[in-house]
Amino acid sequence: MSLAFTQAPARRWRLPGTPGQIALALGLTAFLLAFLLVPVGSVIYVAFTEKGSGGFTLINFVDFFRTDLFMRSFWNSFYVSAMTVGLASLFALPLAYITTRFEFRGALIIQTLGFVPLIMPPFVGAVAMQLLFGRNGSVNLLLNEYFGFRIPFMEGLNGVIFVQAIHYFPFILINLSAALRNIDRSMEEAAQNLGSSGIRMFRRIVLPLAMPGYVAGASLVFVKVFDDLATPLLLNVKDMLAPQAYLRVTSIGITDPMGYVIAVVLIVVSVFAMWVSALALRGRDYATTQRGGGGLAKRRMRPWEQVVAYGVVGLILALVLAPHLGLLLLSFATIWSFSPLPDGFTLAHYSRVFGESSVYIKNTLIYASIAGGIDVVVGTAIAYLVLRTKLIGRHWLDWAATAALAVPGVVLGIGYLRTFYDIRLPDGTPLATLWIVLVIALAIRRLPYALRACYAALQQISVSLEEAAENLGATKSRTVRRVVVPLMTGGILAGFVTSFATAAVELSATLMLVQSNADAPLAYGLYVFMQSAAGRGPGAALGVIAVLLVAACTLISHYIIDRNQKTTGAAR
Amino acid sequence: MNAHAIDASAAAVLNTAALDLHIEGVNLSYGSNHVLKNVNLDIKPGEFFAFLGPSGCGKTTLLRLIAGFNTPDTGRVVVGGRDISNLPPWKRDVGLVFQSYALWPHMTVARNVAFGLEERGVKRGEIQRRVAAALEIVGLGHLAERRPSQLSGGQQQRVALARTVVIEPKVLLLDEPLSNLDAKMRVQVRRELRDLQQRLGLTTIFVTHDQEEANTVCDRIAVMNEGVVQQVGTPVELYERPANLFVATFLGTANVLEGKVTGTGAARQFETLGGLRLPIAAGAEVPADARLVFRPQVARLAREKPAGACAFEGAISRREFLGSVIRFGIEVGGQEITVDEVFQPGLRAPYEIGDRVWVDIPVASALWLGPGTA
Ligand SMILES: Nc1ncnc2c1ncn2[C@@H]1O[C@H](COP(=O)(O)OP(=O)(O)O)[C@@H](O)[C@H]1O
Ligand SMILES: [Mg+2]
Repeated sequence: MSLAFTQAPARRWRLPGTPGQIALALGLTAFLLAFLLVPVGSVIYVAFTEKGSGGFTLINFVDFFRTDLFMRSFWNSFYVSAMTVGLASLFALPLAYITTRFEFRGALIIQTLGFVPLIMPPFVGAVAMQLLFGRNGSVNLLLNEYFGFRIPFMEGLNGVIFVQAIHYFPFILINLSAALRNIDRSMEEAAQNLGSSGIRMFRRIVLPLAMPGYVAGASLVFVKVFDDLATPLLLNVKDMLAPQAYLRVTSIGITDPMGYVIAVVLIVVSVFAMWVSALALRGRDYATTQRGGGGLAKRRMRPWEQVVAYGVVGLILALVLAPHLGLLLLSFATIWSFSPLPDGFTLAHYSRVFGESSVYIKNTLIYASIAGGIDVVVGTAIAYLVLRTKLIGRHWLDWAATAALAVPGVVLGIGYLRTFYDIRLPDGTPLATLWIVLVIALAIRRLPYALRACYAALQQISVSLEEAAENLGATKSRTVRRVVVPLMTGGILAGFVTSFATAAVELSATLMLVQSNADAPLAYGLYVFMQSAAGRGPGAALGVIAVLLVAACTLISHYIIDRNQKTTGAAR
Repeated sequence: MNAHAIDASAAAVLNTAALDLHIEGVNLSYGSNHVLKNVNLDIKPGEFFAFLGPSGCGKTTLLRLIAGFNTPDTGRVVVGGRDISNLPPWKRDVGLVFQSYALWPHMTVARNVAFGLEERGVKRGEIQRRVAAALEIVGLGHLAERRPSQLSGGQQQRVALARTVVIEPKVLLLDEPLSNLDAKMRVQVRRELRDLQQRLGLTTIFVTHDQEEANTVCDRIAVMNEGVVQQVGTPVELYERPANLFVATFLGTANVLEGKVTGTGAARQFETLGGLRLPIAAGAEVPADARLVFRPQVARLAREKPAGACAFEGAISRREFLGSVIRFGIEVGGQEITVDEVFQPGLRAPYEIGDRVWVDIPVASALWLGPGTA
């Protein structure tokens, strides 16, 4: 990172910042322009441009709405996203309610296990889910044998909904639990004092107060599912929007306008969902915890309530942990089909993965490290400019970087192909085919999250700590180096690890940009393996490795945040 | 009075009654932490009563116990002749105004105030009438449709108050109602509180750690320390005749001289640690571990040795200008004695630091106090 600030000499009309700050801001602007705004802008531009003449047109959109396949895909995507939110809420609500509201042994374990689905890419879980819940999966084989019927968990869109709900329900669980915990005890007690109790009080006081947290989680899930490419593809569901965009671009080519139109629709829906959630949250800063607070009053359960609660929790946890179990079994299985459990067990898949597929792992480590590194450098720099300088337009950097949230991976991929394919290196290879472009795409996708982590880390540092350093003779750049960055380390590290872990298993943009197997990361390898029946074993082994990698990163990041809170808390 | 003066006709809409409240033999522990120790209190109908004590002494715990949020290990709470100890909070009709106000952010002011009436199944027209009256009483009729987050701290507190009195509670409990207000608002609001209480005639308990607040608005005060009620009385009684050292020093400034009794009968003397010898009046009862306690304003300073027998010479070591009085610290016999002299505008301060003066200690009117329960 180059935070080289020089002391601005006293002049009559001064620059809005030091030359170093201005250079930094310009560099960041160029980076965001080149790798986010221009590619996305070009996608939007092409969608509104007439093929051939190059003039403005809406004809592409008219075509889109006239094509049955696209309209069906649109409604399918919408249906799947909405149903996923519903099903995920069904998983999350009881867990959140029981663990925050009652004295429940194992509440911490439940909350922790609730995170576990997030550490497995959903398309990996999809294969395991086929084996467990598919038409000839373990559950249906048993059901058929003992009761004579099957349940179509995994048929068509059902499969996508089921897999996505299990993967994404933690977002709702986390947000809802936090919302419930943040309701000050006195909110409830005031209601009781005025004569309210039981379900009525829950409906009138607790539920409305938790609603913003729920909406935030639900809209996030909606957007993620709407944009996801890999899970439907892997389950062989093609008539959804993201897969259609991918298929148009990969089969017809990057000059076909339909891919771009679909991309624009994806962006619009993302923005719309975020807008709805912002609307729901506006003016509802319901963080009601006051001093001496401590979340909802916890109640002791009656015996029969305990039985019901443990039953419900057990069932949900079994469901959401099923993909992990299935994947683990699959990775050790010799043959597993038409039987509830594998026929035999072997280590061959792992040796194969480590033998011939280690290039995937190596690539992943390299790509994710660089992407995470870019993210924290850019994130720290933007956070610093926004919070600690008065540069004009510094907020635009923040907004631009955050806008990446609304850009689906497949859209970014299309944008990169469009923008960088025509730029050739001296030897004639298109820029878009270089692996570093993929790395930058991964970095851009994760930037909003890393930025928020850096932002929070810097916000926690009191300005007076910096002023004290300057007062004692440290220049701006030395203050940044000796005071700001050391104090931010924990936050920056946590941001890096999170970016690393999620970049390691990102597939949407990767599918569009990977040109050769030698350059492919783990997620791509997984996808390739999982598409053939013979590849499922090694694919599962690779999946287990990916899960372990992400789990380790998550643990490390939690550990860092925790330790950081302790040390800064003690210093305060 | 100010713009928020209480509207008498609005107060008449609320049908509040004055009931007595008795706390009998209450003990409460959090694990091994014995927080309330054998608390007995008798609060009269319509009384404005204060729980006063340092933070952490158990005032909030006792208040929440009355409201039903804490369950005592022993003892009971009786309101208007009825034992409410076994009722859940929502059946008690005991109005508690939370220290944090606890206004629900998702409801407007009017909805907040209407809540308790809705829970009681009051008819809609009647709810409207009473909500309007309650908001009128606290002077917030014009803000009924605002959200709590759009109100100032003082306004939020009025809403919390209106929300509580609108249900016509049997008693009104206020937990440090002034602690979240700035100093100027505090003086204004405490007068309004007193005024409101008088109009509604509600038996009211006011929790505070600030003796000035308690003194200015309350009829009687229970002074608490470490979960024990030290003394109950009117502000003047507590100031004039504190039952122990804790009460004496917690309410206002007091000089405390430690020492031991020597001699017997008419020759009894009190010898302080610093070596001062003070005569003890013939009839005075002096417990073994007693200290001599007197207020700064009853001692006198003089340049010359006063005629009285009990005066000591010392040097001025401290001088604080407090407005109506000047507070001097005088170094006498290895200890500092505080004496207040009335400040006369126009006159120069009579003594400078380092001046030698005589301190006349009013032994006859001084108190002999034990340390108190702790
Ligand atoms: N819920 C609780 N659990 C355990 N200890 C508590 C709880 N509430 C209060 N205490 C303890 O009880 C004592 C009295 O607290 P409190 O009644 O809040 O004091 P006050 O209101 O007089 O400041 C304190 O020592 C406090 O730590
Ligand atoms: Mg308190």
